Amino acid sequence: MRMAVWQNLDIAARKLTPFLVALALVIVNLVPLHLPGYATISPDLALMAVYYWALHRPSLMPAIAVFILGLFQDFLSGGPIGLSAGSLTLVFAVAVSQAQFFYAKSFLVVWWGFMMVSVGVGIIQWSVACIFLGRLISPDPAFFECAMNIAAYPILGWLFFQIHRTLPVGE
Amino acid sequence: MPEDTGPKVRTATPLRGFAQRCVLFFLLSASIGLLMLGRIDTTLLDEARIALTDSTAPILEALSRPTATISDIAGNVRELTNLRQDNLALKAENARLLQWQQVARTLLAENDQLRTLMNFASDTAVKSVVGRVIGDTGGPFIRSLLVNAGLREGVKPGHAAVTADGLLGRVASAGKRSSRILLISDLNSRIPVLIESTRARAMLAGDNTRRPRLTFFSANIEIEIGSRIVTSGHGGMFPTGIAIGMVTEIGDAGIRIEPFSSPDQLEYIRLVDYGLNGIISEKQTSKSQRYGIP
Repeated sequence: MRMAVWQNLDIAARKLTPFLVALALVIVNLVPLHLPGYATISPDLALMAVYYWALHRPSLMPAIAVFILGLFQDFLSGGPIGLSAGSLTLVFAVAVSQAQFFYAKSFLVVWWGFMMVSVGVGIIQWSVACIFLGRLISPDPAFFECAMNIAAYPILGWLFFQIHRTLPVGE
Repeated sequence: MPEDTGPKVRTATPLRGFAQRCVLFFLLSASIGLLMLGRIDTTLLDEARIALTDSTAPILEALSRPTATISDIAGNVRELTNLRQDNLALKAENARLLQWQQVARTLLAENDQLRTLMNFASDTAVKSVVGRVIGDTGGPFIRSLLVNAGLREGVKPGHAAVTADGLLGRVASAGKRSSRILLISDLNSRIPVLIESTRARAMLAGDNTRRPRLTFFSANIEIEIGSRIVTSGHGGMFPTGIAIGMVTEIGDAGIRIEPFSSPDQLEYIRLVDYGLNGIISEKQTSKSQRYGIP
């Protein structure tokens, strides 16, 4: 009996891990690294988490969790509220709808998918920023962030994979 | 993950799919709604933002310590390797500064005399608080820093954020224990400035690059590479004469300034209360800092 309670707790904790790790990544993203020019082009770690879990285990990162994650990021980063929430939810929707295609494909294919998603998010965020400011702004920072995202995905993907392995199988 | 198949699942799947699509549609609409709400009324969202940032501040503070230590060590190694060179450069600079000290003393005395003659009312006392940088908000369209000093320490929106080198930005919002600094390179930053040598007025506009642009200057402005740019004091946000940067580029793309202070490797920032309230009201400030309304 007692064992079952602990087991359930353990399973619940493991199931929460993807969301909590993503939440932690949003905070880690803000830590000053004291590298010249890094802040402008720092990769969007939450985006990678959402993409990975939406493809591999959407039940552990449901849409509402993605939305909350985006909102958290918007509040902390100081940007327009709703921008990350909306773009992450959109990424989730796209990734879930394409999960069948990516199922059991090699990492390179998944990476290519992320590349597409990252470019899409870059374009959306740049467009919204332009609309908000009412003028055209340089797309360079968005472009560099996109490149950083793509470059950093294998590392984060590996981290998520390690977490993924410890999770209970199901659904 | 392969889905289960079975009679129950076969009927439930389309329903679940429909429900999921509804949720997604609702969440996306909510995001757009929030974006619009943020445009119309910022007060409510700002308060939520400040509260959330404040509660995350202790975590950020703990996390930022190791990176600061590593950066310090790297800095030490760099300094040790450049010791001889730096020493020579500093000696030369010291000699030059000693001359300037003489000039400054003479000017100070003269200034005092003139002020007494004119019955000049001195500026109000300057109060300052030193805060540690605990967050460097990424994102391609925002340039701001989080500092671990807030209302508790007497920091208020509008205070100037400066380093030993010059102006870095201003406090955009302040929570109880943390505050957000809007950097001069942010898209929404507009600072009235003077070209120090000619006293010509202009506006310094951030555009998310490392080097902000000079705008709104008269056509026959006399400016050259190396001209120093300081705050003008117009608008009542900052006093006159805080150093900002140096002109490094004059071309078709405009005049660009290299700021004296760089936010990248900073660990501590001084938040200064010059006792100026500015001509912009609190509400307008928060709107204009976000959307660039002049």
